Amino acid sequence: MLQSEIAVLRFGLGARPGDLAAAASDPRAWLRAQTLGPAERAGVTVLGPSNEIFEAVLAARAQRREERQEAATPEAVKAAAAILREAYQPHYRAQVLARAQSAALTMRPFGERLVHFWANHFAVSADKGAIHGLAGTLENEAIRPHVNGRFVQLLTAVEQHPAMIAFLDNQYSVGADSPAARRAALRFDASADRPKRRFGINENLAREILELHTLGVGGGYRQEDVTSFAQILTGWSIGGGRGRLAGGDPGKFYFRGELHEPGAKMLLGKRYAERGQAEGEAALADLAAHPSTARFLATKLVRHFVSDDPPPEAVERLARAYQKSGGDLPQVYAALIESPEAWEPRPRKFKTPEDFVFSTLRALDLTPSTPQEVIHAFELMGQRQYTPGSPAGWADTAASWDGSDALMHRVLWASQTADRYPGGTSPEDVAGAALGAVLRPETRTAMHRASSGPQALALLLMSPEFQRR
Amino acid sequence: MSMHTARISRRRFLQATGALTAGAVLPSVLFARTGGEGRLVVVILRGALDGLAAAPPHGDPDYARLHRELAIAPPGSADGALGLDATFGLHPGLPFLHERYAADELIVFHAVASPYRDRSHFDGQNVLENGYRLPLGSADGWLNRAIGALRTSTSSAGVGAPERAVAIAQNVPLILRGDAPVLSKSPMAAPDMDEELIARLQDLYSKDDWLSARLSEALQSEHVGDASNDAQASAPMMTSGQGADRTTAAARMAAAVMRIEGGPEVAVLEATGWDTHANQGGAKGALAQRLHGLDAALRALGSDLGPLWSRTAVLVVTEFGRTAAMNGTRGTDHGTAGCAFLVGGAVRGGRVIADWPGLGAASLLDDRDLKPTLDLRSVFKAVLGEHLRIDAKTLATRVFPDSTQARTLEGLIRA
Repeated sequence: MLQSEIAVLRFGLGARPGDLAAAASDPRAWLRAQTLGPAERAGVTVLGPSNEIFEAVLAARAQRREERQEAATPEAVKAAAAILREAYQPHYRAQVLARAQSAALTMRPFGERLVHFWANHFAVSADKGAIHGLAGTLENEAIRPHVNGRFVQLLTAVEQHPAMIAFLDNQYSVGADSPAARRAALRFDASADRPKRRFGINENLAREILELHTLGVGGGYRQEDVTSFAQILTGWSIGGGRGRLAGGDPGKFYFRGELHEPGAKMLLGKRYAERGQAEGEAALADLAAHPSTARFLATKLVRHFVSDDPPPEAVERLARAYQKSGGDLPQVYAALIESPEAWEPRPRKFKTPEDFVFSTLRALDLTPSTPQEVIHAFELMGQRQYTPGSPAGWADTAASWDGSDALMHRVLWASQTADRYPGGTSPEDVAGAALGAVLRPETRTAMHRASSGPQALALLLMSPEFQRR
Repeated sequence: MSMHTARISRRRFLQATGALTAGAVLPSVLFARTGGEGRLVVVILRGALDGLAAAPPHGDPDYARLHRELAIAPPGSADGALGLDATFGLHPGLPFLHERYAADELIVFHAVASPYRDRSHFDGQNVLENGYRLPLGSADGWLNRAIGALRTSTSSAGVGAPERAVAIAQNVPLILRGDAPVLSKSPMAAPDMDEELIARLQDLYSKDDWLSARLSEALQSEHVGDASNDAQASAPMMTSGQGADRTTAAARMAAAVMRIEGGPEVAVLEATGWDTHANQGGAKGALAQRLHGLDAALRALGSDLGPLWSRTAVLVVTEFGRTAAMNGTRGTDHGTAGCAFLVGGAVRGGRVIADWPGLGAASLLDDRDLKPTLDLRSVFKAVLGEHLRIDAKTLATRVFPDSTQARTLEGLIRA
């Protein structure tokens, strides 16, 4: 594998016609140039901002509630259910289409892959009702602007994004001694001999920040840290709710002092004085600077770009770069680009369905024009966009994607896509532009012997060298 | 507490006497059944099921106080639990399981947990599936090691022997990953493939053992698929439908594949959506809907397996339980012990097996979780031993090394 091919196929999203030539003169400089500035989305699809989507979905929910109460017939109940879907589904579909278009068209495919990497690191899942319509906004609003900044900026932007707060339930997390909880405790339910409603914390966001976003499991935190970090984060909420969640700009991050647990808290042996919203920000800054975070992020990056079993030397190099630079991400990426392990000719990563779909779009110079074609591809291959199902995101190892059934679905999609290829370029030329020196003689021969043009393309897409990076 | 202890002692006594009977007949049965008649289905509930909602300990004096509006009322009250005994019930969303209990085909295990004691889903699932004490980056799962042992111990096994397990998923979950070949099959209707393209791909993969093995497995499953078309036709497509429908579709697919002559004896299903941090609900609500879906899937599995049901054991497990107390958002956070189910015609059921520690303040683990008194591996070893006839030594050394503390239960399966 030549250097240019490695830069484009392994670091990037696969070659569009002309990419291999563009990277050829200095592959490392070609990569480094993509680690500066925000990662702009390519393509023309217009996306709604999260606060407007949030408001629209809230309004639809209220309307649905009303119509459900008034619904007299089963048809009316059904119609009420559709109100909500109609509010969020167009946004989900537009986000999925925009993501695929950007991956297909971008001239900065390494930067785009980094966006995808961080979106998976900070995964939210669109199948949770509370973030209907919002999943893709986290990637576009919190990750793209900071992907080439300092990690602490990226981290803070993500944890204050309404999609993350709602996905991990923090907007309702209430300090047990907060003003809101104290008031509620006064409303006593005499019949049950206890307060009507007891407020308390929800650990979800705090735990996943520690486990999945910063230190990593085994990174040195205990249950006490989870609990007190959850107290630190009480009040991190979203504006424009109802009742005790009224106030603030609708759909935007909003700190609710009413819900915040007062007093100093301990996290990882350090005392955090009462500072409201700034308390959580200080904690995030300390977590971002923690050596466990450096190691955890380095391990994930190396696993993504080099091998399912990350070589320790490369992990060490990235972790050092992270610590030395105070978490300046371009310097960490530079350490990755300078890692000899990343330039070994033998490709060690089996493509995920996402890798496979995006590299296919680029190889065939296709830009999807409808959400349905993208949704179809990912449903078929089991990676429905923005729905990893859990905050851990999609697995980044071959063992999670190499089932025999999954392989057959790849064959099926490859052959459907090849059948729809409009032509214009011969399969041989497509193969040359897509794989360059990586194309093996066996694949060339098999394509040559194929009974049709589409079959030749399907063989290219399913070839061992196209299935790996 | 004393009342509970007394009850549990009697239960344990019954368990022990059952063990004696099973032990006495075991050798002859062992020889009679080398053909591998037992069928095993493992259902993994990912996200940590609240065992205190699924199998509510309504008789525990602290239960209602801690679980508050998430608590399931005692049997007989409105929306109350389906009764099992004086202490335990089943969530009202589990009528099929309750029928099986009445038919002596369900064992409910409670205060049970894997050896994992932290509260990460991902490490918790890793331990649940790898069968070790720690979340190692292990590449194989206990059920794969178990069927590996089956392959070498029966005469029909060998090179080219059919896969003995199927994952109802596009990709194989950790529990079934490893050296023994397994099928994966997802309930999505796959249109006919271009056979010529497949033949050419086989040729193209001839120097790539890794891809070549997967393609051969896929072709093997396609045969299985032909015979399971009934399930595909009647099961809803795996599109963006409800999780509950997906679980039923997967269960029906498992039944269809297992009914094929010479088909796999072991199947694994997965269901997600149990991570109920907020608005969990009680007898109705989010978790109730999930449980309804699970119950419907198990019912479909039972009816589709038909006569095979009498030889089947279904294990329903999750990575850990949830907090004993409701949290601040009408949900529950990550906990430790919970419940598990073993159901099927082959199960010697109608019992709750629980050394109940109680939910009193002094009994909780870390002042928050139900304390585990039973290791899930004790259940796994019993099921593999009694149902799939894997010998104790293989279980102790190969399938569950370092599980000596997890004493194998006895008498879970009908002799």
